[in-house]
Amino acid sequence: MSASADAALPDAEALLAALAERMAGAVARDAAFVGIYSGGAWLAERLAEMLPGEHPLGFVDVAYYRDDFKRKGLKANTKRTELPFDVEGASIVLVDDVLYTGRSVRAAINELFDFGRPDRVELAVLVDRGGRELPIEATYAGARLAVARDLSIVLARGEGGTLSLGVEPA
Amino acid sequence: MDLAIIDGRLIDPATGLDRRGGLFVRDGRIAAVGEAPAGFAPAATLDARGLVVAPGFVDLSARLREPGLEYKATLESELRAAVAGGVTSLACPPDTDPPLDEPGLVQMLRHRARLLNQAHVYPVGALTQRLAGEALTEMGELADAGCVAFSNADHPLADTQVLLRALQYAQTFGHRVWLRPQDAHLARGGVAHEGVVATRLGLPTVPAIAETVALSTIFALARETGSRVHVARLSSAGGVAMLRAAKAEGLRVTADVGVHHLHLCDVDIGWFDPQARFVPPLRGTRDREALRAALADGTIDAVCSDHAPVDDDAKLLPFAEAEPGATGLELLLPLTLQWARDAGLPLLAALDRITRRPADLLGVDAGTLRVGGPADVCVFDPDEPWRVLPPELSSQGKNSPFAGLEVVGRARWTIVGGHVVHAARR
Amino acid sequence: MTARAATAPPPPPGARPRHPQLNAEGKLTHLLTLEGLPAEAIEGILDAAEPFVSIGEREVKKVPLLRGKTIFNLFFESSTRTRTTFEIAAKRLSADVVNLNIGVSSTSKGETLLDTIDNLCAMNADVFVVRHGQSGAPHLIARHLVATGRHHVHVINAGDGRHAHPSQGLLDLYTIRHYKRDFRALSVVIVGDVLHSRVARSLIHGLTTLGAPDVRVVGPATLLPPFVESLGVRPFHDMRAGLDGCDVVVMLRLQSERMRGALLPSSGEYFKHYGLTAEKLARAKPDAIVMHPGPMNRGVEIDSPVADGERSVILPQVTFGIAVRMAVMSTIAGN
Repeated sequence: MSASADAALPDAEALLAALAERMAGAVARDAAFVGIYSGGAWLAERLAEMLPGEHPLGFVDVAYYRDDFKRKGLKANTKRTELPFDVEGASIVLVDDVLYTGRSVRAAINELFDFGRPDRVELAVLVDRGGRELPIEATYAGARLAVARDLSIVLARGEGGTLSLGVEPA
Repeated sequence: MDLAIIDGRLIDPATGLDRRGGLFVRDGRIAAVGEAPAGFAPAATLDARGLVVAPGFVDLSARLREPGLEYKATLESELRAAVAGGVTSLACPPDTDPPLDEPGLVQMLRHRARLLNQAHVYPVGALTQRLAGEALTEMGELADAGCVAFSNADHPLADTQVLLRALQYAQTFGHRVWLRPQDAHLARGGVAHEGVVATRLGLPTVPAIAETVALSTIFALARETGSRVHVARLSSAGGVAMLRAAKAEGLRVTADVGVHHLHLCDVDIGWFDPQARFVPPLRGTRDREALRAALADGTIDAVCSDHAPVDDDAKLLPFAEAEPGATGLELLLPLTLQWARDAGLPLLAALDRITRRPADLLGVDAGTLRVGGPADVCVFDPDEPWRVLPPELSSQGKNSPFAGLEVVGRARWTIVGGHVVHAARR
Repeated sequence: MTARAATAPPPPPGARPRHPQLNAEGKLTHLLTLEGLPAEAIEGILDAAEPFVSIGEREVKKVPLLRGKTIFNLFFESSTRTRTTFEIAAKRLSADVVNLNIGVSSTSKGETLLDTIDNLCAMNADVFVVRHGQSGAPHLIARHLVATGRHHVHVINAGDGRHAHPSQGLLDLYTIRHYKRDFRALSVVIVGDVLHSRVARSLIHGLTTLGAPDVRVVGPATLLPPFVESLGVRPFHDMRAGLDGCDVVVMLRLQSERMRGALLPSSGEYFKHYGLTAEKLARAKPDAIVMHPGPMNRGVEIDSPVADGERSVILPQVTFGIAVRMAVMSTIAGN
């Protein structure tokens, strides 16, 4: 299967509902949700509301942990990483919009560990598009899609907070 | 050996000559100007069609770096540079190591220069011992050894009493005194003109008043003593105005300007370009325009290269630590021609500032195409463009703010004492 | 150069780039001065500094951004304060830092500044943080790196002579933006020895670039540079008039060697005229902030109650300074 046009992409809100359903019951009731900027941050906020329990929220911008600094330099508009809970001993679900090479997740895990030693880290993604370059897998995925290498899948947030998926040239 | 230079444009500012014709040389002297003497059978003939045949240029200030600074330049390299630039007579300032304050040093220098048989070298002796500004040198002995004038180079006398006595003593025996007008205290630690550029770049300054304050002292002393004084390297509009007034008043003062100061100003420092570091500093555009106008109207008598070959190690330093000056012997002609073109002056007037006038200031038999006079001649193409490429300069100093730029006017043949000492590669 | 006008030659081989701090792609590759930088470049560094502020509050106070990079702190003039902040900034970015305090003695041993640079480049230096007593020394190094084809090596000016101290200027700008938000309505007053101050020059260039409409300098005629108006500021000799209605007061450090001799008769007389006291500060706006690049001379340029008062932001300046230097290092090292 190959998505080459927006029409072929599934509805983001439906995927989010499916993802929440998979996570319900499986995720600890006190697990912290940590979104990777920017799409993952929106998803983490929504999941914390949708899932039962008390879920502390955190956000990471992995700009300082990326492995492509040498090629791309410092990313503009870097956001402040905020983890307003004790990472030491925490149960954490990293949340991202699209899982592809696994490099962002690698960076996010490294960043988490600079704040403390979590008991457990899981990964929830809206879309798993395959193409991994690192031994990283999602614990929970909304859907698995195959997408041409020259395209990127991007999550957008519209008026009223509605999420939608689109594609862009990579 | 008899030499004929034929079909050139003969220009001699000393006589106002500007005509087509030949120049004929016998026994190192000019035998005829215009037509060949009867029965003249030259051993060599130079075809000067399309070229200017002029007196060899006379440079009032060219540092040869001997003795003591041979790692920067040698007599061999710099006299080669002189003749490559058409300069056949030059005065070298006393700021060598040790300074030219002893007759033996002067004799050695003259002897070495004579052996090389290139341009004539006229040493300027130190006015004070070690240029320290305290005790006078043996000017009589130095003059006998060959010094044509006395100066303290770029080390202005801080002590006005010493300056007064130096002028009085020199006048007693008719020695020429050249002074760099710069107040030692106002200039202390300065490296750039006091202006917008130095304020931006945070460079310590040599304000223009350092020059005008010094000039007012020099002129007051000249007035008091009746001395003849030559002011070297004028740099400011204020200084030009004072010089003009002093001449109008009848003081026996003359002045020169460095050729780079006719073209550059403090803006050319750019981002701390050490090639734009000069003593006196490059000043503002008003100053530059005043210097150009004063050279044109005769207020400033002559222009010189102020040749200062500097090794890379001494230039590739932070601006204030970099050694000042630029290589200039090979740029004197094109930069003077450029000034004259900009000013709308004829070639005759341009050459006047680098031949007759400086020869008068030096008091030497040079700078003219007089029959019977020494055959020191430059044959040059006034329209030949060339790029200033440091590796191709004859001078050991490759330091020039004009590096990489194109200039116009180049010596084709340089003749000293009837011998062709430079022939440009064609 | 007028000689250039005769014919228009093509640019000479090795023509200079349009600005010595920018690389061929127009990106900031050295930080030498704030003068001439586009507002976007300055704002980009200020924006980049913001997330770095919080790294100092983490359990592990570092990020791996410059892991494997070697940064040489090359101080030809001693300055514990500035060197320390650069060192902390580099270490928080996980770079390897080597501190070299090169006194006048080693240059008298015959090794030139550029010899030192060549040697350190042979040790695979990535960034030079340079403090030098001569204006323009960092420009010389940057030019040398370009001339020798070392385009991947970067220079940060940590203060050169009287010329520039751009990272200090940036941290001052960061501090002002933090407390005052918009530069386009601000009156900023810089008081003291502007003549010898690289801090003042850098801040002035930054403020005028970011659109501050009213920048004033206050000091005696001996300590204000001639033509200071050409930098886009209004000079005042009377401190009270100069402070009138301003939003930001920046006090400059008075070097002890200026306090005697012909520039100033004494530190006591200086304090009388130009020391910041509560009484003089009352002329500024009620919410005006007070800044000082440090180290302070209490009782010379600033009265202790003002330095420690609620309007003083002198300590936050230090904190922001580390984040700003992290932003500078990571921006240029990535370009």
